[in-house]
Amino acid sequence: MDNWKQNPRVFWTLGLPPSIWLLLFFIIPLGFLFVMSFSDKAVIDGQISINEYDYLTGFSNYIRAVDPLYLTIMWKSIWISALATALCLVVAYPIAFGICFAPNRWKPLLLLLVVLPFWINLLIRTYALIAVFRTRGYVNEVLGLVGLGPFEMLYNDFAVIFGLVYVYMPFMVLPLYATIERLDKSFLEASLDLGASQFQTFLRVTVPLTMPGIISGVILVFIPCLGTFLTPELLGGANAIMIGNVIERQFKAANDWPFGAALSFLLMYATFGALALRYLFTLRSKGVGV
Amino acid sequence: MSDAIVSIRNVTKSFGGGITAVDRVSLDIAQNEFFALLGPSGCGKTTLLRMISGLETPTSGQIIIAGEDMAFTPPNKRPTNMVFQSYAVFPHMTVEQNVAYGLKVTGVPGDEIRRRVGEALEMVKLTQLATRKPDQMSGGQRQRVALARALVKRPKVLLLDEPLSALDAKLRDDMRLELTRLQETVGITFIIVTHDQDEALSMASRIAVMDRGSVQQVASPAELYEHPRTRFVADFIGKVNLIDARVHRQIGRKIDCEVRGVGRMELLSDGLVGAQVAIAVRPEKLKIASQEPSSAIRVMGKVRHVAYFGDTSHVVIEAADGLSLSVNVQNESRHGGSGVERGQPVWVHWSPEDSIVLTE
Amino acid sequence: MRSAAKLKPGQGPLDYGNRTWLKVLFVSIFFILYAPILTLIAFSFNTDRRGIVWRGFTFDNYVKAWNNDSLIEALTNSLVIAFVATIFATILGALAALLLWRFRFPMKGGYEGFMALPIVIPEICMGVALLLFFVNSGMMGFFVSMPWPLNLGNIIIAHVTFCFPFVAVVVRSRLVGFNRQLEEASRDLGASEWQTFWSVILPYMKPGLIAGALLAFTLSLDDFVITFFTSGPETVTFPVKVYSLVRRGVSPEINAASTVLIVITVVATVLAMKLQAPPKADKG
Repeated sequence: MDNWKQNPRVFWTLGLPPSIWLLLFFIIPLGFLFVMSFSDKAVIDGQISINEYDYLTGFSNYIRAVDPLYLTIMWKSIWISALATALCLVVAYPIAFGICFAPNRWKPLLLLLVVLPFWINLLIRTYALIAVFRTRGYVNEVLGLVGLGPFEMLYNDFAVIFGLVYVYMPFMVLPLYATIERLDKSFLEASLDLGASQFQTFLRVTVPLTMPGIISGVILVFIPCLGTFLTPELLGGANAIMIGNVIERQFKAANDWPFGAALSFLLMYATFGALALRYLFTLRSKGVGV
Repeated sequence: MSDAIVSIRNVTKSFGGGITAVDRVSLDIAQNEFFALLGPSGCGKTTLLRMISGLETPTSGQIIIAGEDMAFTPPNKRPTNMVFQSYAVFPHMTVEQNVAYGLKVTGVPGDEIRRRVGEALEMVKLTQLATRKPDQMSGGQRQRVALARALVKRPKVLLLDEPLSALDAKLRDDMRLELTRLQETVGITFIIVTHDQDEALSMASRIAVMDRGSVQQVASPAELYEHPRTRFVADFIGKVNLIDARVHRQIGRKIDCEVRGVGRMELLSDGLVGAQVAIAVRPEKLKIASQEPSSAIRVMGKVRHVAYFGDTSHVVIEAADGLSLSVNVQNESRHGGSGVERGQPVWVHWSPEDSIVLTE
Repeated sequence: MRSAAKLKPGQGPLDYGNRTWLKVLFVSIFFILYAPILTLIAFSFNTDRRGIVWRGFTFDNYVKAWNNDSLIEALTNSLVIAFVATIFATILGALAALLLWRFRFPMKGGYEGFMALPIVIPEICMGVALLLFFVNSGMMGFFVSMPWPLNLGNIIIAHVTFCFPFVAVVVRSRLVGFNRQLEEASRDLGASEWQTFWSVILPYMKPGLIAGALLAFTLSLDDFVITFFTSGPETVTFPVKVYSLVRRGVSPEINAASTVLIVITVVATVLAMKLQAPPKADKG
């Protein structure tokens, strides 16, 4: 790798366009959002204006965000995301494990099958779920043939969690697959050879040694779940609201941008918190030497 | 053998695609033996070892360990333990935890674990490093952990898969002695897999030489070297001159055979008249003379090549009809080396007792 | 566990690939993953309007979707946006990848962090930030007043912003395998920096560039959240259109249109994966 001073002309030619783009269309917009989160709607002639703002008035939006109403929603977002992430892990681990131990000629196909849904539009996949699970959907039609139902399977928390697991599963499988594939299988053999059962081997050797992959997968699923708004919007009921829906409403229907901006930043801080946790874990697992 | 601790009966292991890794192998390994499975890579020796450990299962056949057929018993239910080629020391556990692992998972009480782990660490001289993590240790130290971890289980059989291959040359010599010492101290049957003949010859009490899935010969090191049964064994163990010959007739306990371009030789053997055989002679058993010697077997040739190795010189001599012979000459005096020069015409001779007639 | 389960002949204890429970699990997971999508595709060929019971095979839904002007307009918009955004994102991503691959510079770690931000922050945050920016900077008003296809400008800008860091990651991972001695050899043989880039580095980057471009294309084509916030009132993309239709209910036309989009993305993805798979012959 060269020092940039060796060839500043090439350095700037390569560096300026992407940097300027990122600054202009990403950093500055985030700055706008940041300023907005500390602002309030202007009051003109005793009326709250629609699109005029008093900038940098204080923390009122953040104070509003800790209102029990919004705290409940944030808490709900967190536990729904956590539950969806946990379910993803439980389902994805055996899948990743199975692919790693599958015959070599099957591996690429199995991986492709896992990843492919991820490339299909999120909206289309969610729509497909609606078609399957709605009151007059295929599942209820089939159940109807045996005289059951129809059941209301959509528009509740269960549907949201199922939708999240369905949509974000590939994010969990891939990092798990990568770490399990790299894991030296002789560790598992040594454990069995030393008298551990398959289950003991899994708990005491496989899980600890694949922890980096588990953490990556958990973060990769948890973050988009936390910020999701499409899934609860389409699959959730009136009270299955998550933080993403609240933000969306502030910017669309409620037209309260300052409050929406404050909520967005809280969501981003939560995201950074999750990333920082992962960083701490990787630092700790460096000592493991995997 | 009635005191066999491991008895392999007619074991075959085939993989998909028609590959047979181990082909109808039968072996008996006695109590307290230091047994080696020796062969080139891909000969099936590691597969055989893994079948004894239970990490792989045979397609057919029996593997009797301590009197019980365990061919299909899972590895965690067998009285065998293994030292892996990569050592497979758990990176997320300290030395102590590694050694204690096998006892802990089988429910050995805590104070017994502590005592046995302490003894095992002492045995491999790792007591000082008990709280280290494997990534802070050298390859040699990790191997000791692997050894202690297996021995602490007090297995009936200890399996070692190429245990010295990952060590550098100096450490390898030390470890060889150490392993032999350990085997004598603990009195457990050791089965070692290696591709290195020096390793097998110097450590093992008995060696099974394997080639392409089957056992060629099982014998003591000296027996293998001096009485190989097949061309493969003769060639694989040490250096050898293999001379093609045809049996002409039988004279008492001797055969009279003809080597093309050289002439008749009379050798101790029972050979089928008319059969093609190979005469094997070790290079150090050959002598060089400048005058025609009186020995029964003598061949005339020309020195092709002389390679100087300090204590010995390897001389390659080309005889008639493309026959090429390697001779090891001891450099006994400080001057003159092998005493021969390239291009020099010489006689090569040896005594009939030093030749082995191989039919396979 | 006194009576240990015996192993089957020829099967090792770690041959999980042959375990029945794992096979069952695989089949059921793949069924759950694919059944909704496959039924969606199947029912796009159904004659029944309500789309619940299979009444016969037809292409009618595709014809209806094709004749639905607003649907076609949305699809055209999506393709135009994806096409233009891909070109920009690929160039910017390649430049960023080359920069990070080639140079050491102060605060490089921080710079890489910033480059990764658009990948890690929640989409909705990026969407609202861009909405705010476009409205307050007057860009929204400017683009809305432009004729087609220039009125898609703000969406294209948004898409380039979230696509190019992905391209940078893909291209950079390709560049990591480049043997820099080839570059030195080229310079040694008298080629200029520019000639070396053009005739040695660029050909090596090509599979990474194509894979990155296809990734950007699918990401752009698939995006709903950011487009939802940054599009003007008159500009609708395909996912946004589907969203408004889905809120009104399920119809076989959406199935048909969705099937078309699925086919486009699956083909692009499979292509990208083929190209990304490391070629076996060019080691070192």
